[in-house]
Amino acid sequence: MQTRRDVFQAIADPTRRGIIQLIAKESMNLNSIAEQFDVSRPAISQHIKILTECGLIIIKQKGRERFCEASLAPLSEVAQWAEQYRRQWAERFDALDHLLADLQKKKKSPRRKK
Amino acid sequence: MNTTKNATQIKAEPGKQEIFITRDFEAPRELVFKALTDPSLVVQWLGPKDITMTIDQFNIKNNGHYRYIHSRGQHSYAFRGVVHEVSFPERIIQTFEFEGLSEKGHVALETARLEALPGGRTRLTTHSVFQSVADRDGMLQSGMEKGVLDSHDRLDSVLEKLSS
Repeated sequence: MQTRRDVFQAIADPTRRGIIQLIAKESMNLNSIAEQFDVSRPAISQHIKILTECGLIIIKQKGRERFCEASLAPLSEVAQWAEQYRRQWAERFDALDHLLADLQKKKKSPRRKK
Repeated sequence: MNTTKNATQIKAEPGKQEIFITRDFEAPRELVFKALTDPSLVVQWLGPKDITMTIDQFNIKNNGHYRYIHSRGQHSYAFRGVVHEVSFPERIIQTFEFEGLSEKGHVALETARLEALPGGRTRLTTHSVFQSVADRDGMLQSGMEKGVLDSHDRLDSVLEKLSS
């Protein structure tokens, strides 16, 4: 079965978030990344594989070494999804504004202005 | 009448199970509380614009419960929960479940706090805690039921084109 990778999956794990933060500053090779974490090297490799599949890491060969470079553009996807959710609540609350204004008007005079 | 709308703020940090929504209102706390708990008022604002909201049950008091349905065209989606605590006019704690999920048992705990601000204004903060980061992200990702409905509408139009 082929699993679909997305950026949410990438950032759902604390180690993967740690890796992104680490290499956002500068590209690093696998060994130096693995040294920073208290998990096995194969586990780090697996995280990096997932991050690569999600488009958050680009692997670049430099001589004999493979460097991991951060590619942060896909993270804006996360912000956009939250934005859709925010907009929906903003719409509801704007409707609530009108209702509250109406209720306050009614309180002042029994006749409704429309 | 104020012309600029108050901003709706969302805080949903990556990798966490929670969402905070904050919004100020130009009305006293007691009135905002009423608009959140009185079913005849809730139907006037809680549904997205192009959706009909029907209330099945709406009993917002200690140990009460609620269930409402959003529908548009042939699609309808129900939401339900039980009410843990209602403290007028400052706090409502309840569960929340979207019945349209493919699997049951994904429930969030929601706390709404109302804070009185100077000048008869109110700050509403809702804090939703999900059972997993995936559940939380799923909620953000779908844009909730509107996203679901929109995608079904798109599917409808695709199916229409295919069958015509």
